[in-house]
Amino acid sequence: MKKLSEFEKTGTVKVINVKGDKALRILEMGITPGVMLNVMRAAPLGFPIEVKIRGYALSLRESEAECIEIESGV
Amino acid sequence: MQQLSTIALVGNPNTGKSTLFNALTGLKQKIANYPGVTVEKKVGFTTISGEKVRVVDLPGTYSLNPKQLDEKIAYEVLAGKYKHEPAPDLAIVLIDASNLDRNLYLATQVMDLGIPVVIALSMIDVAEERGIEIDSKKISEQLGVPVIPIIAKNFGEAEKVIKHIEKNEIAVPGALAWNPGSDLEDAVEYITENWIRSEMDIPQRAWNIEALRFLGNDHAINEIPDLEKQHSLRNVVEKARTQLEKAGKNYSAEEVLRRYDFIEHCTSSSVSTSADVPENISDKIDEFVTHKYAGPVIFAAILLLMFQAIFSWAEPFMNLIDLTFIEAGNWVAETLPEGMLNDLIVEGVIAGLGGVVIFLPQIMFLFFFISILEGTGYMARAAFVMDGFMTRIGLHGRSVVPLMSGFACAIPGIMATRTIENWRDRLITIMVLPFMACSARLPVYALMIAAFIPDTSLFGIITLQGVTFFGLYIFGIVMAILSALVIKQFFSSKEQSPFIMELPAYKMPKWSSVAHNVYDRGKVFVVEAGRIILAISILLWFLASFPNVEIPNGLSSAEGSSELSAETVSQAQLEASYKLEHSYAGQFGHLIEPVIEPLGFDWKIGIGLITSFAAREVMVGTLNTIYSVEDEGEEALSLQKKLQRDINESTGEPVYNVWTALSLMVFFALAMQCMSTIAIVRRETNSWKWPAIMFTYMTGLAYLCSFIVYQVGMSL
Repeated sequence: MKKLSEFEKTGTVKVINVKGDKALRILEMGITPGVMLNVMRAAPLGFPIEVKIRGYALSLRESEAECIEIESGV
Repeated sequence: MQQLSTIALVGNPNTGKSTLFNALTGLKQKIANYPGVTVEKKVGFTTISGEKVRVVDLPGTYSLNPKQLDEKIAYEVLAGKYKHEPAPDLAIVLIDASNLDRNLYLATQVMDLGIPVVIALSMIDVAEERGIEIDSKKISEQLGVPVIPIIAKNFGEAEKVIKHIEKNEIAVPGALAWNPGSDLEDAVEYITENWIRSEMDIPQRAWNIEALRFLGNDHAINEIPDLEKQHSLRNVVEKARTQLEKAGKNYSAEEVLRRYDFIEHCTSSSVSTSADVPENISDKIDEFVTHKYAGPVIFAAILLLMFQAIFSWAEPFMNLIDLTFIEAGNWVAETLPEGMLNDLIVEGVIAGLGGVVIFLPQIMFLFFFISILEGTGYMARAAFVMDGFMTRIGLHGRSVVPLMSGFACAIPGIMATRTIENWRDRLITIMVLPFMACSARLPVYALMIAAFIPDTSLFGIITLQGVTFFGLYIFGIVMAILSALVIKQFFSSKEQSPFIMELPAYKMPKWSSVAHNVYDRGKVFVVEAGRIILAISILLWFLASFPNVEIPNGLSSAEGSSELSAETVSQAQLEASYKLEHSYAGQFGHLIEPVIEPLGFDWKIGIGLITSFAAREVMVGTLNTIYSVEDEGEEALSLQKKLQRDINESTGEPVYNVWTALSLMVFFALAMQCMSTIAIVRRETNSWKWPAIMFTYMTGLAYLCSFIVYQVGMSL
């Protein structure tokens, strides 16, 4: 399963699962399985990344992006 | 309507909650810290049906399943668990219409708490611009609580919320109205019946949400102080979790997913999104502002402009304040009869008050800019751009602005760390911030460099003096980075809370909020830090003025200044010098001489180290007094000469050489020698523990580094 942290492009992906010790907060922010997530851009040095979800923009560090399993090319 | 005594205002960060709070309460607000913690508590009053009602503005939070201290307090107040704040009789949940799903998530949690809930739906104008139409009547029916649309830009709109509360009986929402499903309901009931009912002393209305917290979040279980109870709770929760897993449910995610299902169900019929959405302006701006290369450059340019403005705008005000307090002091000195009371008022109280008020222009200008940066949404972008760099040195993207402010003065910088939500990151930033070379160090650096660093040219216009000056700034920054890396080691990685930061849509700042914020910060500083600063000022005055010694007859030139002709030194200056040397501060300077001797300092510098605790630049004034330099005229030049000519009586060597000067500058770069910083750290961390640690480690580090500089230098 591909993690969001390994998705090094911009574009839309589908959230499949959220795992790990930071999962609860990530889920609470609306990153729930099944929603579409749009990777907008990366900050200097590669992380954090800016993603759009449920109509708003969110910044995720690498350790948080690692918790999110995605499906790209949807 | 029902009788109300306390209303709680709840909402996500960045929803304009403080604007609504200001509109509800006007200027009748009190800001303090919650007892024992660093979370700021805002309380105000509003009038409902002619009755005065207390409004508490809870810390902004995304969830009532708290991960950070400020969220925990918001939850505990609402649940009626918090000891120092009465449970509210009603909650107003502020919801951002342009970000409905995530805001409703919090609302469904507040609805579980068994108190009447009113939802204020703001930013419908922003939502409409994005092509989102919300039927507030329909959404109110779906949720089962009143939903009142307001335009946050318009202050009058707050009245609509009040009017609704006056006219209607607000009902308590039904328990678990978001339809958790039978499996989750069973788990909640199991935990409630087998543990919470018998073991916890909390209002019954909070049982459901407490059970849900335990079910999904191990931290909530670990917080139970009694280990035996914790153990029995864990057993109960484990059973409930196993049961859920048997039903094919993920115990840590099920609640969140169910709530979002409910929210999607509510919004599917009441929210319509138009197909042709105009191009999002925020995205356009972000393409440029958060660009890999352009982003940091833009941020640096904004910072530079900001600090240049603070510097040039604050200075006239600071001069005016300085002059006013000097004039006031002179007036009192001449009006009151001479004596101790006169001295106390003039040199202790008025000078101390002046020392407090002098910081206001910088604090208020800095917060003017910070409020604008926050209000427009840029601050989050700056943190986004800088976070990669800052995490590598143990700090946070949001640490940059406070740290840079530290170059002007640590006081506003430390106050600005409030923009860092996470306590650990905020604390580390506060602890290293005073290493930034603030403007109060300049006079000391300038004096020492001019007197003892040769003005030799290195390359072209670059001189050794210039390089030393620059080196001291870099030295401060490097020490700040190293300290941050070390301090970080003391925090277990468990305490690292997630950095999931919202990048709010750009908007025009609300000028009323900017003004409010500037006023609040000024008031907090004067009222809370000012008291400590004034008290220490009076203490320092006492140390430098007592005991009152007899001036011996025929007092001639004081020690060390014998080479100068007597004509340049007035009798009054000699007396002042004599009095200072024999005061408690003077005696203390002599007393610590053996301790500071390995750094190359004598008792005269010792006195200066004590008096400069009032503010670093006082060092120069103290040396002036000790060396009996005339107040007026070319004092800098003559003090410089006197320092160069000062001879140590026992060795016959000059007291100062280049290594003494370097050692002293290193000491000033590192030591915690500023009572105002101590006072503001006490306020912002709400304890004496952190200022004590800060004083000890900074001064210890200063001693060590000065020792190395002087000893290594002298042995060369």
